[in-house]
Amino acid sequence: MIARGRRKTMRFTKMLAAALLSVGLCFSQAAAEDMKVGFVYVSPIGDAGWSYAHDQGRLAVDNMDGVSTSYVEAVAEGPDSERVMLNMARKGFDVIFATSFGYMDPMLKVAKQFPDGSFMHCSGFKTADNMGNYFGRMYQARYLSGMVAGAMTKSNTLGYVAAFPIPEVIRGINAFSLGAQAMNPDVTVRVVWTKTWYDPATEKEAAKSLLDVGADVIAQHQDSPGPQEAAQEKGVYSIGYNSDMSAFAPKAHLTAPIWNWGPFYVETVKQVKAGTWKAESSWPGLADGIVDLSPMSDMVPIAVQEKVMLKKDAIIGGEKIFVGPLKDQKGVVKVAAGSALSDGDMLGMTWFVQGVVGTTE
Amino acid sequence: MSPIRIVKRQEPLGWSSCFVLLAAILISLVLSGFILFVRGTPPLEGIYILFKGAFGSRYAFEDSLIKATPIFLCSLGVAVAFRLQVWNIGAEGQFALGAVGATWVALSFPEAPAYLVLPGMMAMAAIAGGFWGFIPAVLRQKLKTNEIIVTLMMNYIAILILDYLVYGAWKDPASYGFPMTPEFNTSAIVGNIGSSNFSWGLVHCVILGLIFWVFMSYTRIGFEIKASGDNVRAARYAGIPYDRLVMLVMALSGALAGWAGFLEASSTVNRLQPSIMAGYGYTAIVVAWLARLNPLYIGIAAFMLAGLRVGVEGLQLDLQVPAAFGGIIEGLILLTVLAGGLFTHYKIVFGGKGGKK
Repeated sequence: MIARGRRKTMRFTKMLAAALLSVGLCFSQAAAEDMKVGFVYVSPIGDAGWSYAHDQGRLAVDNMDGVSTSYVEAVAEGPDSERVMLNMARKGFDVIFATSFGYMDPMLKVAKQFPDGSFMHCSGFKTADNMGNYFGRMYQARYLSGMVAGAMTKSNTLGYVAAFPIPEVIRGINAFSLGAQAMNPDVTVRVVWTKTWYDPATEKEAAKSLLDVGADVIAQHQDSPGPQEAAQEKGVYSIGYNSDMSAFAPKAHLTAPIWNWGPFYVETVKQVKAGTWKAESSWPGLADGIVDLSPMSDMVPIAVQEKVMLKKDAIIGGEKIFVGPLKDQKGVVKVAAGSALSDGDMLGMTWFVQGVVGTTE
Repeated sequence: MSPIRIVKRQEPLGWSSCFVLLAAILISLVLSGFILFVRGTPPLEGIYILFKGAFGSRYAFEDSLIKATPIFLCSLGVAVAFRLQVWNIGAEGQFALGAVGATWVALSFPEAPAYLVLPGMMAMAAIAGGFWGFIPAVLRQKLKTNEIIVTLMMNYIAILILDYLVYGAWKDPASYGFPMTPEFNTSAIVGNIGSSNFSWGLVHCVILGLIFWVFMSYTRIGFEIKASGDNVRAARYAGIPYDRLVMLVMALSGALAGWAGFLEASSTVNRLQPSIMAGYGYTAIVVAWLARLNPLYIGIAAFMLAGLRVGVEGLQLDLQVPAAFGGIIEGLILLTVLAGGLFTHYKIVFGGKGGKK
């Protein structure tokens, strides 16, 4: 009986050794050929939202020759992300994309330790010699979605389920409101803060609270389809975000401002491969195809759709969204007549335009 | 007569309970391997990468140790309360308030030298966290409220207080409107030991762990806690001031969690921001249970659990296993270890022949 046990142990050890050896071979094989590109996501890629959209972009990079990609999802902002990015850099990842604001300082620390790597941070404002940042002019697509919402509302109250009172979200709310007011000057936009990027239950509850005050179009700056479901259950309209969310609320979903990261990521990786990549701040928009409006539902009248498409062409042609005169909620003129808000002011926006009901705290 | 009976042991397993623990963890690993297999990931490779990511290299070891620090301190705090059978679920909120207290000192005295600022931050963090633990204790003793619910609810309040300060009065003007305080001055940062990656916070952990052990094993109050934890009525009958003991214990519990918050803010993040909250207070409860409230085992369990979290990241990166897998393993380990605890007090007797171990 003892001999049988020992033979089993021997066989197990051999199997283990073989497994380890093959693992080692696999890794050495891959490392020799491909450029490694890593992605860090703040939520699971199954969120059908922000991280999902980034992962679609990653898949585009994965299709490139001589490039292999990998990712780590649901990485908390702060020290956890620093550890994840450090590990990626140590494992020889040449390019790392960090897709959440809170990854900014951790990425800066890692970039300083790995001068040969290329680091790209999404939605932040710090750069280094080998670290750039990038974002998309989502506010342009939000303006268009606001036009649709403003045209479709009957109660003139639009509900906005928002995550955190940071400039990116505030900017989106403002653009949405301006678009809605362009089609319907009497609308008000009510804002509710959920203090989370991704929490389907909380987001749905927040949407319900807006429905209770009479909102009949629900928009969101959240990463789950929770608010869409709440809107459909009440029988009202909704505007999605990040990706086309009509599968979750076919009777409610009108359209959604969406991301299209693929071309940008592919272009960046190409530049790194060719050695032409520069660390800088990029902020492409509708014209570059990085943001877009998802196909509008049949519930939107053709006349409205045509107006929206005309405006889209205008924006692609260079028309600006935040042009004066613009007043904040207190009536103070923030943008004088005839002038437009600069990029810097847009990136640091902490005030709401008139017509928005809510605080920026 | 049934073929299998469960019979209570004459004496609970002593040292052999170690083997039960290891067996339980092994079973949970096998189950996790099975889940990987069902998903299409090679299980042996997966478990290997998990361990390699957690402890397999100097970096991984360091990362696990660093991540274990806040978990250890919160868990120590939770253990102080649990020994008295006072269920402190509020370590998360006490951690938050500790961070807030420490930040207040750091931001209010930017010019002061380190030997004044750092002790000030420690004191403020302990006071703030202790205060947050004290309130539910008072409510429990004076108004007979359930401390589980009160401490849990107060977590939300504490986190909202942190958010309020970071979005408002303490927001860094140079941060483009993003919620974070200005970076602490170097005088307010707990630095690394020499040129290593280890923060002095590790030394804090060891010292506090030792104090905890001495306090619990060798002082009169430590004895009173043990006695009252086992039987409240007998303790009161013996004249032990149970009410005051509860309040003391909860204050100490909160103070330890607050200390963890101070270390996170000062040493790891160097500022206060909402993402400092990483669920350490809740993980601490799991760790305290797994370690049976013993400080040495808490250290080991905290390190293991931190290693698990770190290892799962490696698993994600190398084998594209979803992040939720880490949570699954953690849950499996807790379940199997708690189930294994059954064997410490009971044994299975097979009909006829002698029993199992």
